[in-house]
Amino acid sequence: MTFNRRKFLVGSAAVALAAPAVVGRAMADEIKFVSILDQSGGLDIYGKPMVDATRMAIKEINDAGGLNGSMVNLKVYDPQSTIQFYTQYATEAAVGDEANVVHAGITSASREAIRPTFAEFETLYFYNTLYEGGVCDMNNFCTGSTPAQTVEKLVPHTMNKWGKKVYIIAADYNYGQITAQWVQKYVRDNGGEPVATEFFPLDVTNFGPTIKKIQAAKPDMVMSALVGGAHVSFYRQYAAAGMNKSIPIASTTFGVGNEHKLISAEEGEGMICSYSYFEEIESEANKAFVERFKAFVGDGAPALNELAARAYEGAMLWAEAVKAAGTADRMPVIEALRGGMSYDGPSGTVTIEPKTNHALQNVYLAELKDQSFNIIETHENQPPSDTLLVCDLVADPDQSTFKFENGLEAAGIKL
Amino acid sequence: MDLFFAVALQIVYGIANLALISLGLAIIFGMMRVINLAHGEFIMLGGYTVVVATNEGVNIWIAILVLAPLVVGIFGVIVERLLIRWLYGRMVDTLLATWGLSLLMIGLVTTIFGASTATTISPPLGVISIGEFTSSGYEVFLILVTVALLVLVWAVLKFTKLGLVARGTMQNAEMSEALGVSTSRIYMITFGLGAAVSGLAGGLLAPITGVLPTIGAVYIAKAFITVISGGMAILAGTTSASVLLGGVNGIVDFLTGPTIGEVALLVTAIILLRLMPRGITGTWFRNKL
Repeated sequence: MTFNRRKFLVGSAAVALAAPAVVGRAMADEIKFVSILDQSGGLDIYGKPMVDATRMAIKEINDAGGLNGSMVNLKVYDPQSTIQFYTQYATEAAVGDEANVVHAGITSASREAIRPTFAEFETLYFYNTLYEGGVCDMNNFCTGSTPAQTVEKLVPHTMNKWGKKVYIIAADYNYGQITAQWVQKYVRDNGGEPVATEFFPLDVTNFGPTIKKIQAAKPDMVMSALVGGAHVSFYRQYAAAGMNKSIPIASTTFGVGNEHKLISAEEGEGMICSYSYFEEIESEANKAFVERFKAFVGDGAPALNELAARAYEGAMLWAEAVKAAGTADRMPVIEALRGGMSYDGPSGTVTIEPKTNHALQNVYLAELKDQSFNIIETHENQPPSDTLLVCDLVADPDQSTFKFENGLEAAGIKL
Repeated sequence: MDLFFAVALQIVYGIANLALISLGLAIIFGMMRVINLAHGEFIMLGGYTVVVATNEGVNIWIAILVLAPLVVGIFGVIVERLLIRWLYGRMVDTLLATWGLSLLMIGLVTTIFGASTATTISPPLGVISIGEFTSSGYEVFLILVTVALLVLVWAVLKFTKLGLVARGTMQNAEMSEALGVSTSRIYMITFGLGAAVSGLAGGLLAPITGVLPTIGAVYIAKAFITVISGGMAILAGTTSASVLLGGVNGIVDFLTGPTIGEVALLVTAIILLRLMPRGITGTWFRNKL
């Protein structure tokens, strides 16, 4: 038989046309779960434990027989702390992998880069990181804690303890900028005074000038929303200048990168932080979770924090919804989640709130002692009241916006 | 008045910091016209040397001042023999090769130590007070070490036989070779010394900034800008560029904030290179070290 170009083209075209049908049928047997989280670059201190926790969640789901008789197939992409890779992998997950669900994004910058992609391609999207609030998107479930849950509790507690003049330092991108505005709002709401607010690019390592400014301003406390590996140097330099003894620090970002293990016990002593999860939570569910995680990861397992625990709980919430819906198709799962789906995890009960697609969750305040967090206050079942101010998906389901894109005042919230 | 002195000390520290992270790169660039994109990772390696050594119970001063430069210096010599020496005179190829080396080093260190390392070493000196302001004594120590290091490099280049031969090689490698100098050996030693200085910088900065596998990325851009702004002369270039850029950065940082401070540093560098394309020492301090 002769094999010329015409025959080759006809033949390969036929194969190409037939391929999607074949592949499509093969895929139907398993549910595709894609995770896009930074495992290298500056954000890997957050991403690696999240990926470990996600792997463990999927393994536990499959070990228990999968969902509705299908196995869950996990695919993990590493965007290397680079926004371009996020958009690239998001498109790949939605179009190439035809994922049933994507759990992705650490920084708010990455979330806003990929959220429109998932809305456009109608791919269910989970964002499991604590963030500044304000996402109002039918297709996007934000399970992490928001400022109305954490900052709102942390500010009055620390102001009562330390005093009313607050110096705010934050990372210079949308998360830091908007969180700093929330801190200003809650400080004023509680009768305090935000004496100054400063923002830092993510690669700043010399905090000397700022420490001098803090000394000159003489605040009662410092509120930190610093982010990433480079910013850890602030806490060291602050301690090296003897400041940790005179002006205490509170934070809603210190600890989720396991910073409390990176700096020494003396340097971090007495800091107060607020999250919806701490490894030190004294519940049976959490103790068992920590044990399973350490066994799963093995030697060198990182400390657990809200990001890792919520990556696990986010995956489990989705799995519960798939079971309840009887399918992994997008709309039935969304409806199941919005029907008040809840999951009892290591952090307590996490329940989806249908007006915002955010989560009702427990919030804890903890004080750092000898490199571990001592829980000092527990607030159960806290609503995402910040996002509730601006978002109502029950009244208007057809939305995919980030309400705080231009800051809080633009969204009609008085600072 | 106290505020003035406290801020002045802070700005001098900023300048010393810039000079410290740039000097190793400047030595290698000035002598060999090789731009080492793995420079940030050499600094990182110095930091890890200190962390590992102190965790093993080595005295922190020995770890910083002896082990860090020694380990990274030896590593530099190995890199030069295996990688760099095949690429002399091919600027773009060296850029690519050293960039690859930087990725490899980040990957290796992450594999060995994990993404976030427990660096529980604290700055080993106490607090000094200026009126009601306090600074870390370690910052003052860093300034002194940087000055001492600059003087040491100057003395080696100016007064030793090695310095003489190195300067000859720098000015005209072929002529030096004709006079019986083994330029290959000079290059190896220079690269090793440059690496050792980077390692020392990393060791010195470890207690105050912490160490992560990816911390090099924070240093490389600033070191690069400082060296290019300074021009070919190793010491005059690094010092003048550090004073200018570090000074601008420190002052603007204090007056406005760190974001504008960084912008001011970069704008200064851009204007400078527009007016003096060969760096400060291309126009002033010519023929200095």
